[in-house]
Amino acid sequence: MTPDSSRRRLLQTMLAASGSMVLPSLHAAPTAVPLLTRPIPSSGEQVPVIGLGSWITFNVGRDPQARAECANVMHQFFAGGGRMIDSSPMYGSAQDVIGEALQAIKPPRLFSADKVWISGGARGPSQIETSRKLWRVPRFDLLQVHNLLSWEEHLKTLQAMKKEGRLRYVGITTSEGRRHGEIEKIMASQAIDFVQVSYNALDRDVEQRILPLARERRIGVIVNRPFRQGDLTQALAGKPLPGWAAEIGCTTWAQALLKFIVSHPAVTCAIPATSSVAHVRENLLAGTGRMPDEALRKRIAQDAERLA
Amino acid sequence: MSEWWTYSLSDFLMFSQRSYYRLIALYNEALWPAHLLALAVGLVVIVCVARPRPHTRRIALLALALAWAWIGWAYHLDRYADINTGAPWFALAFGVQALLLGLLAARPHGAAPARMQRQLALGLIGLAVVAYPLLALGSGGGWGQAEVFGIAPDPTAIATLGMLLACRAHLIAWLIPLAWCAVSGATLMELRVAHAWLLPTFAILAIAASLLYRRGSQARKHG
Repeated sequence: MTPDSSRRRLLQTMLAASGSMVLPSLHAAPTAVPLLTRPIPSSGEQVPVIGLGSWITFNVGRDPQARAECANVMHQFFAGGGRMIDSSPMYGSAQDVIGEALQAIKPPRLFSADKVWISGGARGPSQIETSRKLWRVPRFDLLQVHNLLSWEEHLKTLQAMKKEGRLRYVGITTSEGRRHGEIEKIMASQAIDFVQVSYNALDRDVEQRILPLARERRIGVIVNRPFRQGDLTQALAGKPLPGWAAEIGCTTWAQALLKFIVSHPAVTCAIPATSSVAHVRENLLAGTGRMPDEALRKRIAQDAERLA
Repeated sequence: MSEWWTYSLSDFLMFSQRSYYRLIALYNEALWPAHLLALAVGLVVIVCVARPRPHTRRIALLALALAWAWIGWAYHLDRYADINTGAPWFALAFGVQALLLGLLAARPHGAAPARMQRQLALGLIGLAVVAYPLLALGSGGGWGQAEVFGIAPDPTAIATLGMLLACRAHLIAWLIPLAWCAVSGATLMELRVAHAWLLPTFAILAIAASLLYRRGSQARKHG
């Protein structure tokens, strides 16, 4: 099968999966309420506060139906003003699923964020090149050292790529509160543009040192696992939204939880992962309208703790 | 590799329950009607264990060796590797187990199993061949997601434990099937599959029966 026919087939399946006759154009007028953006501290470049993660949700193997559903999620994400998509070589087929969809959708403004996750610095460049080919992009916007694996060696590679113009931003990642001490040391000693951490209304450890340090060192913050891999939204499902939700334009707990995250002044964006078109739309709405102030953020965390 | 201690099992679970069962469904779709042949081979293994003779033992072990080799290649390497980066290692382990079973088949026949041991072995193999595919119906997945002996790894590992029990195999031959029961059981638990407990339970049952029998035969020797 040629790439063109494969692309055509994916587009056809996307149409079938969307249940509509016409996919909205990505170049059409933006949605009524624009997605809020935040500047990347090291460059000032604006990025939307809601991104798209791919952990678990986009690892669907060769299943054509599931691939079309993922492509549809990406299409809705870009149509709603989203830009940043994050993945990793650790996520199985997710990179290829993203690449296939990107080829079909051709988004006007993609911010590609991937990771290097391999033991030993010498194997980093070939893994990065494999990832780039899977994404089908000329270069990545951001590459991060995944979970600090061999970080000293990989950071050297990424910094060299940035210097040569083959990469725009460099970062490091962790998840679920792992190795925060080491993350802090790297943030304090290395010239990095982004740090990616887990943060949500219940897991707020990063508020103590990492988020203040990010502001101090002008490092962008990407937040993963905003819903604790769905456990948090599931625990809150069916629990009535408190009165404050209407004040910030939230109709679901997911939106309130996302607004809690992206309203932190150190956070650049959150990257909720989903394979549902309805959820991606809902998530994007959390990046619009009024954001909670510090007092309301505290109430959101308290209520989430009490009800979850 | 000091970093590995920071990972938990859930960090390596890179796919959803839906993706896992869709993979099985697509794999089944590609192989149908080979399932009928696999089922027939499973029934042959049951008959061979029910009538223990040197040649029936050899036939059953060779059938299992073929099943492990097939699953290593067709399932782990060709399919599961799409969503699980550890699958090529599983394929290698399945290949090694196929060799071990082949070597066992080539060895001279040992003592016949005790009655209790043979009955438990038959029970395990019977459950793996006949009952395991029905789990998909019970969980609402339909026939498309049925895990069939000789095609899917879990029922094949259970049947193999039964066969190893029946032929009183050396400990080495148990290691990979037991490890697979642990790995697959843990994966199903992380995926929150209702019958995740089955594989570890069968593994514990088979080990207990084997140890009991070994202790009993040692006591008889010394007595």
